Amino acid sequence: MATVSTSEFKGGLKLMMDGDPYTILENEFVKPGKGQAFNRVKLRNLKTGRVIERTFKSGDTMETADVVDTDMQYLYSDGEMWHFMVTETFEQYAADEAAVADARKWLKEQDECQVTLYNGVPIAVTPPNFVELKIVETDPGVRGDTSGGGGKPATLETGAVVRVPLFISTDEIIKVDTRTGEYVSRVK
Amino acid sequence: MKSSRWIPGQANTSLGSSNSKDRWGPFGPQYFFQISIPLTADCLSDCSREILVGRARLYALIREFFDEQSVLEVETPLLCQRTVTDPMLDPFVCFYDAAGHPAKLPLYLQTSPEFAMKRLLASGVGSIFQISKAFRNGEVGRHHNPEFTLLEWYRVGFDLETLQNEVEALFCRVARAFDFQFAVERTTYCEIFEKYLGLHPLESSLDALKARAEESGFYDGQALCGDHRAHWLDFLFSCLIQPELPPDCLLMVSRYPDLLPSLARKAEDDERWVERVELFLGGMELGNGFHELTDPVEQEQRFLKDLAVRKQEGLTSPAMDDRLIDALRLGLPDCSGIAIGLDRLLMILTRSGRIENVLAFPFLRA
Repeated sequence: MATVSTSEFKGGLKLMMDGDPYTILENEFVKPGKGQAFNRVKLRNLKTGRVIERTFKSGDTMETADVVDTDMQYLYSDGEMWHFMVTETFEQYAADEAAVADARKWLKEQDECQVTLYNGVPIAVTPPNFVELKIVETDPGVRGDTSGGGGKPATLETGAVVRVPLFISTDEIIKVDTRTGEYVSRVK
Repeated sequence: MKSSRWIPGQANTSLGSSNSKDRWGPFGPQYFFQISIPLTADCLSDCSREILVGRARLYALIREFFDEQSVLEVETPLLCQRTVTDPMLDPFVCFYDAAGHPAKLPLYLQTSPEFAMKRLLASGVGSIFQISKAFRNGEVGRHHNPEFTLLEWYRVGFDLETLQNEVEALFCRVARAFDFQFAVERTTYCEIFEKYLGLHPLESSLDALKARAEESGFYDGQALCGDHRAHWLDFLFSCLIQPELPPDCLLMVSRYPDLLPSLARKAEDDERWVERVELFLGGMELGNGFHELTDPVEQEQRFLKDLAVRKQEGLTSPAMDDRLIDALRLGLPDCSGIAIGLDRLLMILTRSGRIENVLAFPFLRA
């Protein structure tokens, strides 16, 4: 595996630390005029999502993590694993529950999403920022109400529950922002 | 993305008014006109014209200030046969190479003009100042560029207290011109340690220093500092004190522990402290000054100690500056001197977040 020195540290660089892959969020070079140089670094553990802060002596080297973000198509779930495919190569990958985590409630078959591979194994799945999903259950629509104030819960085809305006009814397709889990608009 | 740029050469016929107020209008003389170019090429500067004008103005104010005080502006070489021994500094090395020259002569880009300026002082020129480039290898970051600009000055007959008065006067002059409001506070290294950490820099045990770092979430100090108290003091200062300092206050911290002496003389009343002052503003280290060490024997010992540390840590061991030692032997007048990072000062005056913002061509575009 390649190594990098602290002078090559920058946001987005993936490192191995204590056996886990991390991505650098922020890197600050600290050097008092007459003192020792070091780097103050904020990193996110790619497996757990936890953010930590570490200091490195300037000139120290670290092993890079073999982590790549790849665009894939979601194929199906067999109940235990979630299956994805790289559309250009037809290569398939299976992600376990820990890797799919919260993304699962937005995954619709054939949607494109981003799969983070660590040593060739999926460790995280990021759904598209916006998904279009069908409502399978919600209280009957109220005509004339377009204010959207208040709203009501609606269950989507993937199982996710989002708040929608009162005029939305079952079987309609809506657009949702997966980063906030909020209703965006009705899809005609 | 589009950005407004100025281009040289598209001259307005007038060079601006000779009235000094007009000369320093919000954008200065209109030699250039504004056009829009897409921000794509590394060949052009990203630095706003306002900042370039700000730098020119800052230098003019400094020169005006020292002219009034009859402090002489000097120039010393940037490329020297000798360099610092400080283990924490890494100088750029290059070689003089002429046809027929017997051996390649190593030359060092100066990390600060201090040695040459002290040799001038020993030559008897009196109080001097210099606006000079300085070079430090491996230093790139939000507050660091390997090539940067220092204002360094020496006042013959001044003690550290009097020098601090002058620093304050200079800052007031500059800040007024830039419409920058700031407070001034003077403290000692010991007081600031006790205030922010509840520790005494010399009397608290090493374990207490380590525990204090861990308490605040800095778990890897040991790997960085080992059992060196000097390293721990710097580490705690950088990580736990500096970020907490009030933003618009020029803080002058004096009486440093003798573990961090550099070129300062020892305090007369207590040998555990040295007469060194550090300036902080906006959470940044801005300057470092000394009541200068004039004792050639002590200076030579400190150089030898530095070289021993360099050797132990596997760093290059350049020859010590024997010309400085000789100059001290011939007699350096009693003086105090200070160096201030002008790029950082300009960052503060123009409220810029990164050093690249105030450089025409920062490291990666130089």
